[in-house]
Amino acid sequence: MKIHEYQAKAILGEGGVPVPAGEVADTPAAARAVAERLGGRVVVKAQVHAGGRGKAGGIKIADDPGGAEAAARAILGMRLKTPQTPPEGIEVRKVLVEEASSVARELYLSVTLDRARASHVVMASEAGGMEIEEVAVRHPEKIIREWAHPALGLQDFQARRVAFGLGLAGEQFKQGIGLIRNLFRLYLAKDCSLAEINPLVVTTDGRVLALDAKLNFDDNALYRHADVAALRDIHEEDPLDVEASKFNLNYIKLTGNVGCMVNGAGLAMATMDIIKLAGGEPANFLDVGGGASAEQIENAFRILSSDPSVKAVFINIFGGILRCDRLAEGMIAAVKKLGLRLPVVVRMEGTNVELGKKMLAESGLSLVTAEDMADGARKAVALARRVQSS
Amino acid sequence: MSILVDKSTRVVVQGITGREGAFHAARCKEYGTTVVGGVTPGKGGTTHDGFPVWNTVVEAAAQEGANCSLIFVPPSAAADAIMEAAATGIPVIVCITEGVPATDMVRVREFLASTGSRLIGPNCPGVITPGQAKVGIMPGHIHREGPVGVVSRSGTLTYEVVHQLTGRAIGQSTCVGIGGDPVAGTSFVDALRLFNDDPETRAVMLIGEIGGTAEEEAAAFVKAHMQKPVIGHVAGMTAPPGRRMGHAGAIIAGGKGTAAEKVKAMETAGMHVCRSPAEMGAVVERVLRAC
Repeated sequence: MKIHEYQAKAILGEGGVPVPAGEVADTPAAARAVAERLGGRVVVKAQVHAGGRGKAGGIKIADDPGGAEAAARAILGMRLKTPQTPPEGIEVRKVLVEEASSVARELYLSVTLDRARASHVVMASEAGGMEIEEVAVRHPEKIIREWAHPALGLQDFQARRVAFGLGLAGEQFKQGIGLIRNLFRLYLAKDCSLAEINPLVVTTDGRVLALDAKLNFDDNALYRHADVAALRDIHEEDPLDVEASKFNLNYIKLTGNVGCMVNGAGLAMATMDIIKLAGGEPANFLDVGGGASAEQIENAFRILSSDPSVKAVFINIFGGILRCDRLAEGMIAAVKKLGLRLPVVVRMEGTNVELGKKMLAESGLSLVTAEDMADGARKAVALARRVQSS
Repeated sequence: MSILVDKSTRVVVQGITGREGAFHAARCKEYGTTVVGGVTPGKGGTTHDGFPVWNTVVEAAAQEGANCSLIFVPPSAAADAIMEAAATGIPVIVCITEGVPATDMVRVREFLASTGSRLIGPNCPGVITPGQAKVGIMPGHIHREGPVGVVSRSGTLTYEVVHQLTGRAIGQSTCVGIGGDPVAGTSFVDALRLFNDDPETRAVMLIGEIGGTAEEEAAAFVKAHMQKPVIGHVAGMTAPPGRRMGHAGAIIAGGKGTAAEKVKAMETAGMHVCRSPAEMGAVVERVLRAC
């Protein structure tokens, strides 16, 4: 799960990672009020779950409260388009108004999971402000890595190595090791999947601050962090994704016109791929899960059909725990309730497949049946093309 | 022969009194697996659907010689259940549970390193040696005894390839689902090493997916050590970056973990790459004929 910068900074501040003074605002007047309280120059930053905001016009500097109000008026309500947002952009609903920092040095610091080593890794670089992937490609020698012990965590000597590696000295060194230790502690305590500060800055008056902050969380651990789960902003998600998540369906909207409904994440990806191989484009990823109920099947079908870009549906189920008769039951109920406005191709195999096929055949629904995955994909792509052009 | 599980496997089911645990304990037994009973703390001394229930894994091991654990406990209890089985000296631990936090698995991996136990999973369909033992949730009837080892990060996509193989009368030595999480007990390399040493496995079908670098590591191992042909497939070539495709591990992050990179690594290592998920069976058949 992703959260906003202002939320991440609140968590960092509480956890002992210094951040610039600032407050969130959702109107130009509120932004002005924050700027008045802060005094001096401020930065007004669009709050969306995407990077690249500066280049897209989502970050502005203001010299006084009037300027902050004007900046907020320009940013709030705009659809911010960056390389990381959907093509139509994301509407900005909040801005973070912060004291402008006078920056002497820009550094990079993050903690994440190293899958290959099965341990958490602290990464740092003196090349702050840049994308870390870019640094890794161009200047791999400039990235410092310290792997924390899987059970004992990050040791002080490791925090020191990172701080020295960043060229911190004197008072900044002291602040730096405290910040590194606190960031690691917070990353673990909150079950983050990524805690990234880019840039971490040294200000001209000698402070070490997180000028930007990104915290991503392990979805699997949200059950034990109600405070974090409460920070979810559904405005940042596709409405159909949100609707699907209510029914424990794993749905991701894509750009094609062949809707697909599959059980299991791997088979769902493979189904998207085979649609592509058949010359079509998948409209979504949808995994109904291993043990979906008839009700979930019905909801999945409803969500798929409500996407206007879907012109044909391909249902590909390999029954293991999810039995084919249960799929058929859900399908029949869904179609009876919602009608069949789109061509639907069904391919099923596995547990109780004969019973499932019999139920669908006897239901009188005009479904297209497929012999196997490739056959189903070919048929669905052809039908989608026909509907699209009619 | 086979790997990980066979006729001598004696399974204890941790979480046997739960809905999933009870259902699948019965299915495993139906397949012919020796399921000695289950563990649910606090329900020791009772029976559940005819299976004896103990409070601890130690009792199951001492009384019935359990040498394999199959875990169905909720995600919050999974790490603890795995460590209990490992501390008891259970050599093969299969964790089906989906949704275990990654930080828990980091600690579990460290714990396991000091024991002799091998963990399969979590978030996996389990392991089956056709005709001998089914320790997992896969539909048993689609399998057939034979020479192809199957290792995969995905559940239903594994059923798909098994179905394609069996449909061509090609049996499987053992099928291992290593799971779709970023931190798992067994990697592709671990499974390949076991298949390499198994005289009955003539070829291996490896089904990867986007995210992480496990497929690249597998390819490097194939190139350096494998003495048998390995057929590879990578699911998710159409997946957009930055979105988690169901499995916690299936995410293209920071430009890394794309299907294209993985396919390239496999081809460079001399693996037989199958691009279409519908043709995995056909490619395996062709490779078997040639060797």
